[in-house]
Amino acid sequence: MIPELGHYALILALGLALIQGTMPIVGARSNDPVLISMAVPTALAHFAFVAVAFGALAVSYVTSDFSVLNVFENSNSAMPFIYRLTSVWGNHEGSMMLWVSILALFGALVAVFGTNLPATLKAYALAVQAWIAAAFHLFILTTSNPFLRIADAPLEGQDLNPILQDPGLAFHPPMLYLGYVGFSIVFSFAIAALLDGRIDPAWARWVRPWVLGAWMCLTLGIAGGSYWAYYELGWGGFWFWDPVENASLMPWLAGTALLHSAVVMEKRSALKVWTILLAILTFSLSLIGTFLVRSGVLTSVHAFATDPTRGIFILAILILFIGGALSLYAWRAPLLKQGGLFAPISREGALVFNNLFLTSACATVFVGTLYPLALESLTGDKISVGPPFFNATFGPLFIPLMLVMPLGPLLGWKRGDLLGAAQRLLAAAMLAAVAIAAAFALERGGPVLAPFGVGVAIFVMAGAVTDIAERTMIMRIPFGAALRRAWGLPRSAWGTGFAHFGIGVTLLGIVGATAWGSERIVEIKPGNNIELAHYRLTFDGVFNRPGPNYRDVVGRFTVRRSGGELIGTLEPTRRTFPARNESTTEAALMTRGASQLYVSLGDPNPDGSVAVRAYYKPFVLMIWLGAAIMFFGGGLSLSDRRLRVGAPRPARGRIAIAQAMQPAE
Amino acid sequence: MKHVLKKSLQAVAILAVLLSASPLWAVEPDEMLADPALEARARALSQDLRCMVCQNESIDDSNAPLAHDLRVLVRERIKAGDSDQQVIDFLVARYGEFVLLKPRLSWRTAALWGLPPALVLFGVVMLVVVARRRTAAPASGEPPNLTAAEEARVAELMRSEGAP
Repeated sequence: MIPELGHYALILALGLALIQGTMPIVGARSNDPVLISMAVPTALAHFAFVAVAFGALAVSYVTSDFSVLNVFENSNSAMPFIYRLTSVWGNHEGSMMLWVSILALFGALVAVFGTNLPATLKAYALAVQAWIAAAFHLFILTTSNPFLRIADAPLEGQDLNPILQDPGLAFHPPMLYLGYVGFSIVFSFAIAALLDGRIDPAWARWVRPWVLGAWMCLTLGIAGGSYWAYYELGWGGFWFWDPVENASLMPWLAGTALLHSAVVMEKRSALKVWTILLAILTFSLSLIGTFLVRSGVLTSVHAFATDPTRGIFILAILILFIGGALSLYAWRAPLLKQGGLFAPISREGALVFNNLFLTSACATVFVGTLYPLALESLTGDKISVGPPFFNATFGPLFIPLMLVMPLGPLLGWKRGDLLGAAQRLLAAAMLAAVAIAAAFALERGGPVLAPFGVGVAIFVMAGAVTDIAERTMIMRIPFGAALRRAWGLPRSAWGTGFAHFGIGVTLLGIVGATAWGSERIVEIKPGNNIELAHYRLTFDGVFNRPGPNYRDVVGRFTVRRSGGELIGTLEPTRRTFPARNESTTEAALMTRGASQLYVSLGDPNPDGSVAVRAYYKPFVLMIWLGAAIMFFGGGLSLSDRRLRVGAPRPARGRIAIAQAMQPAE
Repeated sequence: MKHVLKKSLQAVAILAVLLSASPLWAVEPDEMLADPALEARARALSQDLRCMVCQNESIDDSNAPLAHDLRVLVRERIKAGDSDQQVIDFLVARYGEFVLLKPRLSWRTAALWGLPPALVLFGVVMLVVVARRRTAAPASGEPPNLTAAEEARVAELMRSEGAP
């Protein structure tokens, strides 16, 4: 009964999406306020029905209703509650349900919170959002229906893919989807603006919170996936340049560029044509990512759906929406008026520099990911494009970005003072130089470039601090007054500071973990030691431990400092799932400051010895800590009153004080 | 004799992997070379070589039996005294360029390698062209230059504004 209810709700959602996609557009074209006003209630009803469908699937999973094919194939009644719930999206059909749920959610959010939007713009945006939803509802209903029943219900399910039985599944896909499906609303706004024919700085202000929100979720989603891969796959890598990872990185790069160009559009009315294009491209990359992952065209460790009919359906959606959007853009964009002029050395100039390198990096990832496919279909030649290629090309594109990043916020709009900004960064540069020297002095072997990487990271972090220090004038005026200035500073300025600082933190983590990590791969017998960095790991032996739907073989290691002081124990595990006769490695991690000890276990041999991989990963946690700081910065920026209020009403008193205190600016 | 023994052990190992559904692991302790310098070279090389039956995994990371064979092969070549380049050439001759995770620069990969610098260069050129065009001819959004009569009217207005 419940699955049928869900199925029916999904069909009704498709119907509602079609109404939401047509009536408001007809209304906006014919200036009919009644039809225009249909957008909001249909968007809410649409979301409600999608939520009912999603809820019905979730209930089927949680109650282990194995008469539903999808539940039978991907769940097992012995799994703990959390995995029975999260296995909803641990498979193709369910993850597409999550996809459309988030799509509908964003439509509903705009309907509820977009009260300050012009009625026609809102109507167009919700209509475009509905068209995307309709296409994907149709995709689910015709090729990927999660509600199909089995005539004779089996007693037990086939279990979820063991690799996915992890708390990471509860966090990573929803967050990632909130990010890259979230960009759909930005796409809808861009199309709405092109249809409406009005694109002004106010548009950028309306869209910015949505870009920010999606970007924050995507940042955290990617970081979460990276941490999950790090501890689950058993060799301590955190980024593999896997096509599926690239599929999420591309919208992040384009979205980051969009976030910055929207600032220029909002503040200076410049880069309008470019910002609209980026808004379209960002979501197009999300769609392409969905295609790459869901069609199985680039089968990778992540891809668990390989059925060409689905691939062709998504390809059709892709061509329809991206092709349609770009054609509309080509037709309408030339009508847009150019905005404010600016000198090359200016805040705008720095943001253009940011956009140039971010989009180039994005295009590099795009081409690198698809090149083997294209070459093989054109010439039949098979080549591989893997991590060494991306490391060799991505690095040189990101370093200039990092070096200019602290400079941007210190430059004035329209015409900046490069020398002045550089002088203000002198302290940061000196700190970076000290860090490079210290890294050279302390390191024992390691790539020559690593200390410079540390230098860049410190420069970025110190640059972000410099920006905030300059704005609060903390070094120049009494501390109390600086504190008041800090309080009065726009939250978006704090947001920029934190987000830029977070990039530096992540970079430091990447450099530390890749350049100075230690590794031991050994066959070990109980009682023997592994010396790793400045730790000694003693192997105590192997024991068995039962779990709800798996068996664990646990190895126990006692960890001491090289001096002898006891620190704790590590219990890396081999976990076998009888339902699928598959097993996973559950690495044991011990956090020491921002660094980690990492041990994973092989299969025990009959003589009691076991193969062990042990790593010491210096600063590795900073990689994800940096992403969390970026997320926090985004949140601060999102809470800026400018974005909440809609139109900026300058607080006169504050501005007068600010002007009195900084005559130079 | 030793060789035969090794081969058969290898076959047993592969069979064991296929039978036990549990994955083996990337580099195994028994594969590693005794000489740390040679082993370091082998590790560095393996990170740039693809496990051809896997998707986008290097033989250093992969659990597949083929990756194991290739890791052993790389180490055999290194022990036999091959240089890094000779090992790579040997593998490319045997398996094609597909085995390289970092494709060689050739006419087939020119677009791939050339794209990043070309894009940045193209971007810079475009920016310069647009900036030139816009400074040469002010955009339609900017106010046009005033005629002499208009200038005079502005001056008059400014005076009357300042008078009281």
